[in-house]
Amino acid sequence: MGLLSKKDSKLILDPLADNNPITIQVLGICSALAITAQLKASIVMAISVIAVLGVGNVVISLMRNIMPSKIRIIVQLVVVATLVIIVDQVLKAFAYSLSKELSVFIGLIITNCIIMGRFEAFALANKPWRSFLDGIGNAAGYGLILIIVGFFRELLGSGTLLGFKVLGDPIAKTGLYAFGYENNGFMLLSPMALIVIGIIIWVQRSRNKELIEEH
Amino acid sequence: MGLKQNLHKLKEKYKDSKMAPAFNALHTFLYTPNDTTDSGAHVRSADDLKRTMNTVILALIPCLIFGMFNAGYQHYAAIDATLRLDPLGNFFTWDNFILGAWTVLPLVIVSYAVGLGVEFIFAIIKKHEVEEGYLVTGMLVPLIVPIDIPLWMLAVAVIFGVVIGKEVFGGTGMNILNPALTIRAFLFFAYPTWMSGDKVWVHGAQAMAGQPDAISGETILGTLAANNEPVYSTWDMFWGFIPGSVGETSTFLIIIGGLFLIFTKIGSWRIMLSAVVGAIVMGLIFNGIASAGWIQESSNFYGLMSEPFWRHLIIGSAAFAIVYMATDPVTASQTNRGKWIYGFFIGFIGIMIRVFNPAYPEGFMLSILLMNVFAPTIDHYVIQGNIKKRMKRLKVKTA
Repeated sequence: MGLLSKKDSKLILDPLADNNPITIQVLGICSALAITAQLKASIVMAISVIAVLGVGNVVISLMRNIMPSKIRIIVQLVVVATLVIIVDQVLKAFAYSLSKELSVFIGLIITNCIIMGRFEAFALANKPWRSFLDGIGNAAGYGLILIIVGFFRELLGSGTLLGFKVLGDPIAKTGLYAFGYENNGFMLLSPMALIVIGIIIWVQRSRNKELIEEH
Repeated sequence: MGLKQNLHKLKEKYKDSKMAPAFNALHTFLYTPNDTTDSGAHVRSADDLKRTMNTVILALIPCLIFGMFNAGYQHYAAIDATLRLDPLGNFFTWDNFILGAWTVLPLVIVSYAVGLGVEFIFAIIKKHEVEEGYLVTGMLVPLIVPIDIPLWMLAVAVIFGVVIGKEVFGGTGMNILNPALTIRAFLFFAYPTWMSGDKVWVHGAQAMAGQPDAISGETILGTLAANNEPVYSTWDMFWGFIPGSVGETSTFLIIIGGLFLIFTKIGSWRIMLSAVVGAIVMGLIFNGIASAGWIQESSNFYGLMSEPFWRHLIIGSAAFAIVYMATDPVTASQTNRGKWIYGFFIGFIGIMIRVFNPAYPEGFMLSILLMNVFAPTIDHYVIQGNIKKRMKRLKVKTA
């Protein structure tokens, strides 16, 4: 990569796989369960978090030397809240129906553990450019899982992708030997999102044995 | 050369290969292996996991055969209502049995083939011996699903239940949730239109819907939830001549199976008894509410609430769930006092969900799954309480 040094590109690529905020650090699960029933919502959520965390990390990193450490949590909260409100307003202005669909969950990005986690763990100790890359990387890692989960839940749950019909109609109820595809209603319920994430964690850890925790 | 020799030779041939667990399983499934441990202390007993499982299956066989007769009987009785006038005379006929076997046996075969297939694959990948855990689950599953559930849905649910409900926790003996109920819960949430309503409980009811000779078969709980009087007599409910999941209708045979399990000490009588007590207590509370007039007769819950408490035990899945599901030794509480608490709440919550669940008037599946989750916690507090009590005794002595 010419644009980024090896160390910098690691900041972006690591959270996508071996240090993924959802599957390895198990952060940000709540929103991953709540909004992934539709692929579109997952994508919008992913983009919103990338915007908030990318900019937020830069802002915190710029302020890291002038911020008294006693009140840093309050300052961080104010920064996230501001950014989230901006994202929320942008969505309301340009994609009103989507913002209604996501309802309270855009606002709840404020409480997403990944964001405060990255502020605390990275932005407070690193220069703005590196913080920016770290923010983008972690949010993208989060978004990637969201999109994978959203893809499977929408495909198997409603038989659509981004609202377009992909899989067939309910099958005729002819009894025992009825054959065909029928949407799986369980996929639309939050517990199934947890199970899908669990399966992703399972697959990831069995491909890379180093990720398995000692216990 | 006999079958045993052949199996033994096969086993030896594949001994160090990848497929070894599969051949070992085939061998030990049919015959007791010759090898014994040759060091350390042993408990000498003829009991092993395989025998335990087979005892439960033996207790389930009457329910299965009755379920086949009942599948045919419900189908023909739905077409010709005069058959219901003399249930006993029209029940044990060849026509009923053939139709029943034709619809129930595929469920049994699919359940075992898919479930054991998954177990074999996991044993080979994870390089451990195949465990007998699926033997009972495989028999329970066809007994607790509606008769006309499509086979592929059953297969999907079995794969889900065995993998997510059991194998991810480490296989037989490690699971938190009852695998058979996990499979049923999956079907229930994934394909609700195939699992509830008045069209799924009688063979052919869905296929004939909308035609002039359409038949329907509402369960008694469904009728009660709609505030109607059931058309079946109490004795019909007890003997099991009613629509329902395949094998759970006959309270009489379930009681016999339960007594058999208690006699052989496979099932815990504490859990069964306390679950019955729990159901009776909740039933009495609801009866009290209904007779005190605290609830309007037009209320959605009135039909189920005013149902006499003792009849709650013989309709729906209550008896089957209490005898065969709640007593699963892996997922139940292990301590004796814990078993009382665990069983009581299964009965108590089961009846509560049955009455208050607007979408589906039955609660034992959910109440057992719920108590499965709490069982380790109950055990923990029972053991801690015991330790505390004994510590106190110790202090009194030393002081």
